[in-house]
Formats: sequence, structure tokens, C-alpha cells
Amino acid sequence: MRYIEPHAHMVSRTTDDYLAMVTAGCKAVCEPAFWAGFDRSSAHGFYDYFCQLTDYEPKRAAKFGLPHFSWLCINPKEAEDLKLADEVIALIPEFLGRDNVLGIGEIGLNKNSRNEMTVLEKHVNLAAENDQLILVHTPHLEDKFKGTKLIVDMIKSDSRIDPGKVLIDHVEEHTAKYVMDAGFWGGLTLYPESKCTSARAIDILESCEAERLWMNSACDWGVSVPLAVPYAAQEMRRRGYDDETIDKVFFKNPVKFLSQCANFTVRG
Amino acid sequence: MKPNEKQNSVELYFMEVRAKLIDIAAFMDRVERDGLTEDFRYQAFKEAMDALDSDDRAENVLLSLSDRTSELIPAATTKAACGAWPDKPQ
Ligand SMILES: [Zn+2]
Repeated sequence: MRYIEPHAHMVSRTTDDYLAMVTAGCKAVCEPAFWAGFDRSSAHGFYDYFCQLTDYEPKRAAKFGLPHFSWLCINPKEAEDLKLADEVIALIPEFLGRDNVLGIGEIGLNKNSRNEMTVLEKHVNLAAENDQLILVHTPHLEDKFKGTKLIVDMIKSDSRIDPGKVLIDHVEEHTAKYVMDAGFWGGLTLYPESKCTSARAIDILESCEAERLWMNSACDWGVSVPLAVPYAAQEMRRRGYDDETIDKVFFKNPVKFLSQCANFTVRG
Repeated sequence: MKPNEKQNSVELYFMEVRAKLIDIAAFMDRVERDGLTEDFRYQAFKEAMDALDSDDRAENVLLSLSDRTSELIPAATTKAACGAWPDKPQ
């Protein structure tokens, strides 16, 4: 099979993971900027991280023949410090010209606080002014339902943003419909405990508009599975889906969304 | 979206969820033995079980464990989520 890994934090992963992914049929990996697991002490830390995402990591992936793309932002987990957030957002435009950058992400909310919303609005404005795709992280667990609604309502109210150029990630049974009905793309994240299992993700595909959904592993420094996407494809096979449908879900659909950015190219 | 050759979902998933059901039962026995039934997460867990009697069970279990308010909070005091809403009105 061939597939796209549309959300993976490869800076936290090993070369073994790269090898396993290309062996399983991965044709491109997309890496959103995220929280390091600890707060960075200054905007300089982000500058270095953006260099890593746009220069060093694509070179590391290229050693395995895997095209690597990235999204840039300051994560909502670091949004309480508005001064730091402003400094980081000011750094982003100079990186938007780099040739593996897909857009602004993963932005969003974490605990649904006022400052998180302020920083989200600033990122959306940055995307609108620079005609960038947007990748949105929705909050975890008990905060997801509320946060997803707040995010959808805020982005929808900005007439400059085309919902077809926004993907709202980590949807589950209680948020998928709200996201899809608003015209956005949705992402299903495959985590054994805190997000979707393969079986549940396929249930959601069967009940929502599958043409605007993708699946990702969101593998990072925590408990996560870099091959979760091909494992979900295997689960679809077990459920009776043919190769053509699987290719649409795991390759053609993500390529359709990502190709809205001129920087994204992939060879099937 | 529909599979080309629909499989029997009981056949596919029964053993897997049977194991999960026994795990739930054993977890509840354990919490009771340990005297932790007043923990708000356990209370929320038991309440969420009521959703198993509804139509959209997965959605309703998730909603039962969710913050259902719509106002932004003044400031985040933690980065973590715990899986149940601590301020849920009883
Ligand atoms: Zn992520």
C-alpha cells in the first residue's frame, strides 16, 4: 500500500521509525510544530526549532527517501505568555518561504483559556494575511468538546478563511459532525488510549463524509505508534474494504487537501 | 462509506471487547477494594456508563466525560487533561 502520514512529530522519533514507515509504504510525512514536553525559555528556542523543522529534519527524512513537510506555530500549551507568543509569531513569516512549509499549525486550544484564544486568533490572522493552509489541534479529553466548538465558531466567523483550507485534527465521535458540518476537513488521530482506536476511526469514516477526513498517528515523544496509519489500513481490510477505497482514504484524500499548498508534491 | 464485503462485526470484535469488559469489571472491584469510589474520576466513569443505554453510545460516553460549558476560562493553570471534568455539577 501507499500512504501519507499527515501528522507526525519526527524530531522526537528515531531512524528506525523512518525505516519502518517507508517500508510500510509511507510516501510523505508532515510535521506540525508542537510543544517540546517542556516550555521553551525564549523565542530563540523556537527559531532553532523552526530551523530544525525546515532544514535539518527534511534532510534526515531524505536519507530514507521520504519527503518531509512542516507546519509552523507556537503551540497552545505555550500560549499563556502573550509576549513570548507575539515574539514567536513575528518569527514565522521569514520561514513561510522555505520550500517544505505547508502552512500554520498545529494551532488551537488546550485548556480553552482566554490567552489561548487570543494566540489562536493571531495565528489565524497570520494565515489569512499570507494565504496559508491551517492545521488545528483540538484539546484533549474532557476539554475537547468545548474547545472544538470554540475553535470552529471562531474560524468560521473569519470571512477571509476558506474552511476547505483548514483541517481540524483529533476529532472523535462527539466532535466530528460539528467540524464536518461547518465545511472543514477533519483528522482522526490513532492513539490507543487518549484518542481513537483503528476500529473507532473507521466507524467515524463510515458515519461522516469520508472524503474530508484523514488519519494520522500524531507520533511524538509520548506513548504513540508511528505505524498506526498502516495498521488502521489493515483494520479496514479486515472490515472488508478493497484496495481502491483504502488508497483513497490513506493516500488520495490527504494528497487532495495538502496539494492546496504549492509546496506539497508527492510521487505515488 | 461502506465496505465492499461487509464483515460480521460481532465475529470481528467480540473477543476483543469481551476482554475490555472484564477489565472494566476488575477495575471497579479494585477501586472498591481500595476504598477509592469517591474519586471524581470514578464517579464520572460510573455516570458515563448510563450512556450505554442510549443510541449513540460512544458519543454520549464522551459527552458525559466532557466539560459542557462554553465560556473561555480566565487562564490555564495546568497543561494536562485528566479524562473527566472536575467541575461537573452533581
Ligand atoms: Zn501533534
